[in-house]
Amino acid sequence: MDEWERRLRWHCRRGMLEMDLLLQRFLDRYLATLTSDERGALEDLLKYDDIELTAFLNGRRECPDPRFASLLERIRGL
Amino acid sequence: MKVNKRTFDAVIVGAGGAGLRAALQLSEAGLKTAVLTKVFPTRSHTVAAQGGVAASLGNSEEDHWHWHMYDTVKGSDWLGDQDAIEFMCRKANEVVIELEHYGMPFDRLDNGKIYQRPFGGHMSNFGEKPVRRSCAAADRTGHAMLHALYQRNVRANTQFFVEWMALDLIRDQDGDVLGVTALEMETGEITIFHAKATLFATGGAGRIYYSSTNAFINTGDGLGMAARAGIPLEDMEFWQFHPTGVSGAGVLITEGVRGEGGILRNSSGERFMERYAPNAKDLASRDVVSRAMTTEIKEGRGCGPNKDYVLLDITHLDPKVIMSRLPGIREISIQFAGVDPIKEPIPVVPTCHYQMGGIPTNYTGRVVIPQGSDPEVVVPGFYAAGECACASVHGANRLGTNSLLDLLVFGKASGEAVIEDFKKMPKAHKELPKDAADLSLARINRLNTQTNGESVHEVQLAMRRVMQEHAGVFRFGDMLKQGVEKIMQIAERAARTEIKDKSQVFNTARVEALELDNLIEVAKATMVSAEGRKESRGAHVRDDAPDTPEFPNGRNDKEWLKHTLWYRDGNRLAYKPVHFQPLTVEPIELKKRAY
Repeated sequence: MDEWERRLRWHCRRGMLEMDLLLQRFLDRYLATLTSDERGALEDLLKYDDIELTAFLNGRRECPDPRFASLLERIRGL
Repeated sequence: MKVNKRTFDAVIVGAGGAGLRAALQLSEAGLKTAVLTKVFPTRSHTVAAQGGVAASLGNSEEDHWHWHMYDTVKGSDWLGDQDAIEFMCRKANEVVIELEHYGMPFDRLDNGKIYQRPFGGHMSNFGEKPVRRSCAAADRTGHAMLHALYQRNVRANTQFFVEWMALDLIRDQDGDVLGVTALEMETGEITIFHAKATLFATGGAGRIYYSSTNAFINTGDGLGMAARAGIPLEDMEFWQFHPTGVSGAGVLITEGVRGEGGILRNSSGERFMERYAPNAKDLASRDVVSRAMTTEIKEGRGCGPNKDYVLLDITHLDPKVIMSRLPGIREISIQFAGVDPIKEPIPVVPTCHYQMGGIPTNYTGRVVIPQGSDPEVVVPGFYAAGECACASVHGANRLGTNSLLDLLVFGKASGEAVIEDFKKMPKAHKELPKDAADLSLARINRLNTQTNGESVHEVQLAMRRVMQEHAGVFRFGDMLKQGVEKIMQIAERAARTEIKDKSQVFNTARVEALELDNLIEVAKATMVSAEGRKESRGAHVRDDAPDTPEFPNGRNDKEWLKHTLWYRDGNRLAYKPVHFQPLTVEPIELKKRAY
């Protein structure tokens, strides 16, 4: 694991269990396959609060930035 | 290894609700205050609190702090300290209104006052009928609270150390607390935070259980540090459980699922609740359902390869009903259990939610330990608040919405205690002992040099399984005895963990190993304390202490109306009396706890 990945994994430690679980699974499945644009977008996505991320993921709120759409879809893992 | 040193008036560990509330008190009083936190403050686990905060504001109907106090004492199954409970209930209105002034967006009534809703266990007129006492900000009360408190702290110049993990408490020969050592994740360096006051607000340790609603960060760091420094942990046998969490994941399945016709089944497909509660069946109360599920699993009728869960079946319901009346359940089930509940039943298990015990404090937030014949002597320089502390207001069982109240009241009170103690302290900091960082350095060094060691992940999993199986929601004498032996063996393994990654910058493997050091102390404390308490009370329910006329609900006040203290040294237990005398009113006399 390189430094970027270790740091990113820590930023997936969240206040809500649901987010911990979804993000950890996402990283395990997809991290190795992300493009550098996606890696940048993921870093920015993680800056949202858990409550906002949850709302994006369960569709209660539309995510304002289209850069995140495909990441959110994979994190949702349905 | 080089050790840095920083000096502050006060150092707070943890930036959830309690830590932020305490920090605000200190910074606004002009104290130079450092707050150490593993994650950004607004990502603390307080964010997951949805229910609200209890306060007898009486905005919708008549209410009184004395009624709230009665409910809390009763909820605690009389194990709560009545002075602390009176203090908390009387302070509730003040801390809620303060929070409103900090900008907390509470839901409101048309007349502009804070809207209040009813919540389980909160009653008017000493247990007569439900009362509207919970103040909420939609379903994001904890989130809103963290944001309001964080902003206010920024204004007050609180200094945050984000992505720092506190490692060990520094105590000198007199037993005084002089700060903590901490690991900066960014650099991997160790720093001593030398302070006149050290305040722990590190939250709970629900991650000791296999099935837990707690976020991954809830590793009981404060409890582990306290235990290693010789501070006993109080009432650690008491943990609140929810009957239906997704097995392994811990995400809750709302009780509404059983309300809509969901059925619990064992490995042979039997609807086992018919045997335990012939009338209410799957709609029996939480404790009855949890007990039945645990009994099925213990007797070998659990499902799955490890026979360690039961099934919640809604496949017989019309998919349209599932989608319309139970929105989100299908998604949760697919995401966290990997099954579509329209086609397959959901694996569920009683799931740990909240830790009632913790670092022993009095109602001012000062940490107190037995010394000589006095069971409660203040440890100079040491304070604790929130879920990591045991004041004790929740006793053997916590009422909903009292946890956010706890962290506000005791966050503030502990801050005030620091300020008061500061006035009496000499100007200079007490000198640090020469070996102040030795324990932390030795722990880091061991991790760096361990060979043929144990995997952190495997030891953690073994611990969580043993806790779930042997000290879960419903407990058996023989299982607890075995559990003590097993957890002590796992503790030996935890002392020999090995990490492959020895890098300095953001070494999360190292952080997780250090977290396990804390979890294992909490696990031992829980198992040993639970084995020791030979009665049922509140959330601690034993098969061999059943409901009888002599001991209603299995509670034995003659022998067990006392707090447990677990010491890491010698893995031993001691007990201390419950404070039955409130501050200004008559004690709430013992009664059978029934709703």
